Amino acid sequence: MKKLIKGNIALCEGALAAGLHAYFGYPITPQNEIPAYMSRKMVELGKVFVQAESELAAANMVLGAAVTGVRAMTSSSSPGISLKQEAISYMAGMQLPSLIVNVQRGGPGLGNISGSQSDYFQAVKGGGHGDYRIIVLAPNSAQEMYETAYDAFDLAEKYRTPVMILADGITGQMMEPVEFNKLEKKYFEEKDWHLTGCKDRNPRSIQSLLMKDGVLEQHNINLQQKYNTIAENEIKYETYKTEDAEIVITAYGISSRIAKSAVKIARKEGLKAGLFRPKTLWPFPSKEISFLSDSGTKFLSVELSHGQMIEDVKLAVNGKTQVEFLGKAGGGIVTEREIVEKIKEMIL
Amino acid sequence: MNKILSKPEALKDEVLSYCPGCGHGIIHRLIAECIDELGVREKTIAVAPVGCAVFAYDYFNFDVTEAPHGRPPAVATGIKRSNPDKFVFTYQGDGDIAAIGMSETIHAANRGENIAVIFVNNANYGMTGGQMAPTTLIGQVTETTPFGRDPKREGYPIHLCELLATLEGAVYLERVAIYNPQNIIKAKKAIKKAFQNQIDGKGFSLVEVISNCPVDWGMTVLDSIKWVKDVFIKTFPLGVVKDKTS
Ligand SMILES: Cc1ncc(C[n+]2csc(CCOP(=O)(O)OP(=O)(O)O)c2C)c(N)n1
Ligand code: SF4
Repeated sequence: MKKLIKGNIALCEGALAAGLHAYFGYPITPQNEIPAYMSRKMVELGKVFVQAESELAAANMVLGAAVTGVRAMTSSSSPGISLKQEAISYMAGMQLPSLIVNVQRGGPGLGNISGSQSDYFQAVKGGGHGDYRIIVLAPNSAQEMYETAYDAFDLAEKYRTPVMILADGITGQMMEPVEFNKLEKKYFEEKDWHLTGCKDRNPRSIQSLLMKDGVLEQHNINLQQKYNTIAENEIKYETYKTEDAEIVITAYGISSRIAKSAVKIARKEGLKAGLFRPKTLWPFPSKEISFLSDSGTKFLSVELSHGQMIEDVKLAVNGKTQVEFLGKAGGGIVTEREIVEKIKEMIL
Repeated sequence: MNKILSKPEALKDEVLSYCPGCGHGIIHRLIAECIDELGVREKTIAVAPVGCAVFAYDYFNFDVTEAPHGRPPAVATGIKRSNPDKFVFTYQGDGDIAAIGMSETIHAANRGENIAVIFVNNANYGMTGGQMAPTTLIGQVTETTPFGRDPKREGYPIHLCELLATLEGAVYLERVAIYNPQNIIKAKKAIKKAFQNQIDGKGFSLVEVISNCPVDWGMTVLDSIKWVKDVFIKTFPLGVVKDKTS
């Protein structure tokens, strides 16, 4: 049975179904439904909810919970995510699985509270200090908010890495029917690294400080190898009418919904348009985009930003064909019509 | 011959990296003795700071995690809330706890987190080479107060125990020192009490240990001990600042 529900709440339900044990948050629009919902749910379920004093503290509480192997998450929106970057870098270095949710709003600075996609760089290029990557997932519907949150912890634990769900204010706020089709997860695999007190074993420590000669260098090489493995195995994307397309729109999250409608309109008007939607922003489906560009297909990156993902599209295309941009940030939304006009401009 | 003193089980057989005469070594030992005596070694998860004690995981013989600079109280909150049956304490310097981590400290105390905090006050930032800390004394010369700390420029030394005492959630706050055997015994008693409070579920306890940093103070070990006794504890008087537990 389907239930009409906000994207943000669907995300909470997905995380809960996956066995979330601890939620730490701090209010910021447009994700306030998440801490509010969790404050009731987690307490009712006998699990952990803390409204932290800041995003810094919330993310470091997640770090603490994650050290002990429990499933822990925090959520925020753009300015708050900037504060969480400290803990995210540490968790990447300490190899701690966790879930960080960014329901993006307009920036830079305090910006505004309308949906945006202008934290792409911050999410996929690091954000915090040091050479690290985190898995970045981009749902585009309430159903996917639920499913992505459900899967995020498995991914995080499989690779011992923080995972970010990069949503946007519109996907978070939008109400849509959601099928709650996920089973409650049984408690996950026994871990051999987490801190539980050293009963019947030698003491353990989890750290990113590696001072001895060459140790950090080796750790970083290991991390890069892990990132390569993730890139080989975990890329997810969706295509729509790309087989014969002369122009392929690349878009994620809410932009991909608008772009899909635009493709439908364009097709009706006899324009051979298609859509390529990355569901993982890191790892980015570069090979697949490169493959499409071999046939000379042009690309149009549609984003609620002033052009961020387009840089990864261009890297993938590597000069083989034309790549253009259409976007708005800070409250404006790209319309289907604008996309169709841009398609015409590019292929007629 | 009777052995009257041996290394606590809660300390690894490692050579500590602290400078000769530094207080951190004594405080590590006191903590380890308390952990042994309370029988909690196998359920301890400690949080090491950023500061001279950043290598604590190499010295303690129980589980220890790292935390970003100043965040141990938040990290400990995450650990303890998810694992109420474990024994959790943080070990922090004055820069860690009262500068960058002041917010985390106040709020963990105010929530009454059932953790213990060992706060090593050596009136400067040891690890980065002796800069001014929130606890640096008026007139004290440090790397970043070359003319001596002037309240007009740098404000006053922060008295963390007194500051936290106003918070309902903080149940036990005591300031101790380790400059002579009598005080070392008192310091151990305070640490043990803070630890026992957690075991009894009483809430947030903090023990401030006045310690010496001979190297960054530019003093001999003996002079640094004398300075603690003659100067340091005049600004930071020893004793129980708050006790809601007995
Ligand atoms: C975010 C951040 N800022 C600054 C530093 C550099 N740093 C390392 S230790 C330290 C001061 C530690 O002083 P204190 O807490 O008093 O401990 P002590 O070394 O005296 O034992 C600083 C500022 C850091 N590691 N991280
Ligand atoms: S710098 Fe000071 S606090 Fe740090 S180890 Fe040396 S004496 Fe101890």
